[in-house]
Amino acid sequence: MRSRVDSGSRTPVSVPGDGPADGGAARAGDQPDSGFDLGDRSWGSRLIVGSGGFPSLEAMERALTASGAEIVTVALRRVDPGARGSALEVIDRLGLFALPNTAGCYTARDAVRTAHLAREVFETDWIKLEVIGDDRTLFPDAVELVGAAEILVDEGFTVLPYTNDDPILARRLEDVGCSAVMPLGSPIGSGMGIRNPYNVQIIVERATVPVILDAGIGTASDAALAMELGCDGVLLSSSVARAKDPERMALAMRRAVEAGYGARRAGRIPRKLHAEASTPGEGIPELG
Amino acid sequence: MPEDSQRPSRHRDEVVVPLRKSGPGDEALDAIVVGGGAIGLACAWRAARRGLRVRVLERDRPGAGASGVAAGMLAPVGEANWGESGLMRMAIASARAWPAFASELAADSRLEVGYEACGALHVALDRDEADELRRRFELMASMELGVEWLRPRGCRDLEPGLAPTCAGGVHAPGEAAIDPRLLVAALAAAVEHGGGEVIVDADVTGGLIEGGRLVGVATADGREHRAGRVVLATGAWSGTTPWLPPEARLPVRPVKGQMLVLRGSPELRPCERIVATERVYVVPRPDGRLVVGATVEERGFDVQVTAGGVHELLREAYRALPEVAELELVETLAGLRPGTPDNAPLIGPWGPEGLLVATGHYRNGILMAPLTSEAIAALLASEPPPGSAQQAHPGRFAGESEPRLAAAPALEETPR
Repeated sequence: MRSRVDSGSRTPVSVPGDGPADGGAARAGDQPDSGFDLGDRSWGSRLIVGSGGFPSLEAMERALTASGAEIVTVALRRVDPGARGSALEVIDRLGLFALPNTAGCYTARDAVRTAHLAREVFETDWIKLEVIGDDRTLFPDAVELVGAAEILVDEGFTVLPYTNDDPILARRLEDVGCSAVMPLGSPIGSGMGIRNPYNVQIIVERATVPVILDAGIGTASDAALAMELGCDGVLLSSSVARAKDPERMALAMRRAVEAGYGARRAGRIPRKLHAEASTPGEGIPELG
Repeated sequence: MPEDSQRPSRHRDEVVVPLRKSGPGDEALDAIVVGGGAIGLACAWRAARRGLRVRVLERDRPGAGASGVAAGMLAPVGEANWGESGLMRMAIASARAWPAFASELAADSRLEVGYEACGALHVALDRDEADELRRRFELMASMELGVEWLRPRGCRDLEPGLAPTCAGGVHAPGEAAIDPRLLVAALAAAVEHGGGEVIVDADVTGGLIEGGRLVGVATADGREHRAGRVVLATGAWSGTTPWLPPEARLPVRPVKGQMLVLRGSPELRPCERIVATERVYVVPRPDGRLVVGATVEERGFDVQVTAGGVHELLREAYRALPEVAELELVETLAGLRPGTPDNAPLIGPWGPEGLLVATGHYRNGILMAPLTSEAIAALLASEPPPGSAQQAHPGRFAGESEPRLAAAPALEETPR
């Protein structure tokens, strides 16, 4: 199998940062996004897109371009990295980082083996770790997942695990050394959005690694909500690939992620039961 | 990887046609067709019908590539997808041409071609699938494809073998199927009867270029085959044609598909028409066989049949039509579809003068054979091709916005 030449060594676009979300809200208008650190790199886009499920390679290429994503996940089980003219050639041509995943693995052993294969053929030690519990829900198998994560972290991988929206499980994954946690919003491909925003919020509050909402996004408002909840990024696939117009949806998602991130940084007003007039009352001088 | 392992190599019925090991001398040929699959043979047959002298060079046996593994669905409804209206127009035009194509082929070949106007039923097996299918149905209906939405009971009235979990379906009574192996045999015979030649074991290894024009090809046995035009119809291998200049490399990639053949009996026929879910299709043949397909895998030239592939096909077929469990599993196959970036074929002049291509048909080679062969035969005869075929012009990925129709001196849009 021919290995690809430069997939792992590409330097992604680096956007100069202006500090974490809580600190720099004042100049947010000048710099809509500061970029975020994932693994040992800094990324300009907080949107990660999956490469599966597009109606054609051309549709995929247009959507990836419109999305502004820098990271594109690729299922090792479903592509031959040596094959010419495949999805990987498109990802390469667009200068994007192909992040291999272990989709289709049901045991820790299978996932670890797939990660090894991915390291060999993609020449990267980054792996999006998926260990699926059953093929009806595609929910993660928590026990196998933590087991595989331990092994892969120990072997030097940058492990990005797809996980349940379970704060304890997320912390366990962080504790074993994962570089991010990627909780689901709802089942893969369901388009049901974020079913348990409270849990996602708890995961975000406790995590010291990036939190990327992965799975369940159906439309732009779901992606915006993920960012408003404080996620560092969003990974989506079906909502774009299976939209009637993938390119247009990809652009909508890009804007939604930016909008949700901006709203989070801007600091929303508290929810109140009663009205509060936006115009000041009579006799109070306008300031500034 | 040795060449042979790249081809579908499972045991199966041999195609019986009058095959030549070599042709007569190199008297003036109008066209050489490289590739003896359904597309190449159909192009040769339609050209021979116009009185042109043609020779088909097939490196293996006719239909040794994707044609021998195809299910032979003539079913444009199932291919309806957003953003692919040009492809759909071609598919519909070709589907409409199929009945006449089949009867002319039966007459010219004096063989059975196996055309069955059986209709198709696209079914959903749960609520989620029903929602998805209804969304697709609205697209089909907007294209005036002659489809009808059926409630679960309506589906099971048509196909009592359907699982009771059926949650609704789309009936497409106009869809048909053909047995691609009979088709290939009939096409090869029709080429021969029409005065053309089909030469087997003829591996094309070089192109003869004179004054910038492709004037023929050379085969591995050292022979030269000269002709007015060369038609490239090598399916999934057209993207790796070593005898073409590098700038004429076609954007075609192999897309692996695994499929199964089951055998029932007159008493045990799980379905009467094509039954398709979002994950599998089942095509009944008149002789009681049932074709179950197909996986879609980006695996390069790999044609291994895998346990996982067979499992998935059987599981999904069983989920739709539980009676399939009773059938005999007679064949497991894998083949390579010629995929293009936009899923539409490449038909017309390309690269050096003298070359025409007819490839990149992806999932629709059998369906598109009438339209493709008519377009190529017209171009070979210096006539304008059918208007719908012009959307398949090969230059579209190389930044050419208009079809290059070098073959026809005075070209205008064909009136439709």
